[in-house]
Amino acid sequence: MTFFYISAAVALISSVLAISRSNAVHALLYAIVSLLSVALIFFMLGAPFAAALEVVIYAGAIMVLFVFVIMMISSGPGSTQQERRWMNFRLWIGPSVLSAVLIIELFAVISPPREPMSAKPVIESKQVGIALMGPYMLGVELSSLLLTAGLVGAYHLGKRKDDAAQTEDVTIHD
Amino acid sequence: MLGTLRSIWNVFLHLWHKKETVQYPEEKPYLPPRWRGRIILSRDADGGERCVACYLCAVACPVDCISLQATEDEHGRRYPEFFRINFSRCIFCGFCEEACPTYAIQLTPDFEMAEYKRENLVYEKEDLLISGPGKYPDYNFYNVAGTSIAGKDKGEAENERPPVDIRSLMP
Amino acid sequence: MNVLIGIIVPLGILFSVLTVAAGLIWLERRLLAFWQDRYGPNRVGAYGLLQPLADAIKLMFKEDWVPPFSDKPVFILAPIVIVITVVLAFAVIPFAPGIVVIDLNVGLLFFLGMSSLGVYSVVLGGWASNSKYSLLGGLRASAQMLSYEVFMGISVMGVVMMAGSFNLGDIIEAQRIGWFWIPQFFGMVIFIIAGLAETRRLPFDLPEAESELVAGFHTEYSGMKFGLFFVGEYIGITLVSAMIVTLYFGGWLGPFLPPIVWFTIKTFLFICGFILLRAAMPRPRYDQLMSYGWKILLPIAMANLLITGALLLRAM
Repeated sequence: MTFFYISAAVALISSVLAISRSNAVHALLYAIVSLLSVALIFFMLGAPFAAALEVVIYAGAIMVLFVFVIMMISSGPGSTQQERRWMNFRLWIGPSVLSAVLIIELFAVISPPREPMSAKPVIESKQVGIALMGPYMLGVELSSLLLTAGLVGAYHLGKRKDDAAQTEDVTIHD
Repeated sequence: MLGTLRSIWNVFLHLWHKKETVQYPEEKPYLPPRWRGRIILSRDADGGERCVACYLCAVACPVDCISLQATEDEHGRRYPEFFRINFSRCIFCGFCEEACPTYAIQLTPDFEMAEYKRENLVYEKEDLLISGPGKYPDYNFYNVAGTSIAGKDKGEAENERPPVDIRSLMP
Repeated sequence: MNVLIGIIVPLGILFSVLTVAAGLIWLERRLLAFWQDRYGPNRVGAYGLLQPLADAIKLMFKEDWVPPFSDKPVFILAPIVIVITVVLAFAVIPFAPGIVVIDLNVGLLFFLGMSSLGVYSVVLGGWASNSKYSLLGGLRASAQMLSYEVFMGISVMGVVMMAGSFNLGDIIEAQRIGWFWIPQFFGMVIFIIAGLAETRRLPFDLPEAESELVAGFHTEYSGMKFGLFFVGEYIGITLVSAMIVTLYFGGWLGPFLPPIVWFTIKTFLFICGFILLRAAMPRPRYDQLMSYGWKILLPIAMANLLITGALLLRAM
């Protein structure tokens, strides 16, 4: 249980820091730490498959894309100054109070004594697969449709419209 | 794809090829006699300095690494008072050897002249002067030149007729 | 007794992995030299075997310079991340029956996760250096490693389907009837190519591309921080070779010799193969790398996955 609380605390603190850093890359680093600690929590709750996917997909792929984009558009100290101006007290106090209310509510809901978490059975990847292809089949198909739509959209956006692009079409010769 | 695999295989076969490296300090490389290495000043077969301090080498040098000062002995034979080559600037082009009218300055097949201190690369005359005639053992400038020096007057050189007595009316 | 083994095995694996990484510095330079008709380092110690020691001493005593224009905490963090991720990934690799740090039931996913976290080292190192060549190297690294991770993940799924488990020990046991490189030949080829790209080895070393980007993402690094990037790269080669052996070449399976010896021999052969690729292959252009990955490797990996699944279903 101590390990759970430690990683939960790490997740909370790093999430707060991820919001409050004015340097975008530092904020992303904290977001990655937050994701990793969430993965550790998954692992301790007996869901190693979900934990591994959290690391591979969220921390390893999606956040790299975030870093990539921020590296492409970041403009050095100027943007940090701008961020710092935007982070003023009057703007963040409202959402913080509201979410604090939510957190208190959450604690009130989960506060009654419950059975210890350590006795949870381990969920194997096979069970995850069976669940996805069984009762949640519709959800998987819907999300795959969504991804296909996203792929087609990305292809459309990335397609060049001018004819000049055709001359520099590149193929690999062996 | 097949070409890539073939090139990988060919590179692999190089494991058994002969190595091109010369294991230098143990195994010396072959240096041809005309190798342009360390510069020396040579002497005639009878032991006289060949250099006549004509400055042609210093003029020919593209990096100005040769400096010398001419002087004469009591018989009118020219020789360098000092002769200094700065090997930290020398590029071993051999132009000085080509320019030299007396075969005095020569380049030798030797390159092992590394030093820890840069000043040690400045060679003085006593460092440059060797006791032998170098690549041209029989050559002696004064044996073919018309100038008079101690022990040899005008007209006594090889293939040289006695000087014309301009005050005489005889043909 | 169990506690003792629990301490000795991880320490032994850590020690041998670091030793192998140091030895690879010498091995790679020697082998590259042989393939280029040279001798390579042969002066320090017998056959130049102490060369890594000399290199380490040199790196330790170099000035450890952190550029004043860099983002200092991230700059220092980057080389640490790469070494930690590749060493952690070794925890799930079974060297022999019983010789494994953690017998994780999602071991293969753990490896994939660690190799994807290794990207951050290169990307953040390139960004924190705050110089244009480093930034370009970091950008290239993030795009390249993100793309090739996709093919790597898809290509190993064929093995997972045939073995029915993510546990690397189970995958090796499933190869008793036949090593997976024959049925999963295309998967193996894609995994090797993607592994090359993940470790940023030649011919896929575009993030550091000496002839274009000075030294790419580690242009501004010096001393032991630079050394850590190299240690990470060499451990990465060992890691990918060990993974190829585990997934496709039967791991520690083999006749006569003890299992650990078989594992070592196979891994060593693949490490030499990586060095041979470095000696023989030119570096592709960046757009070639990307189109090669997305237009050739991805369809092959997908088709491999589909056919493997169909055949397995039919066999059932």
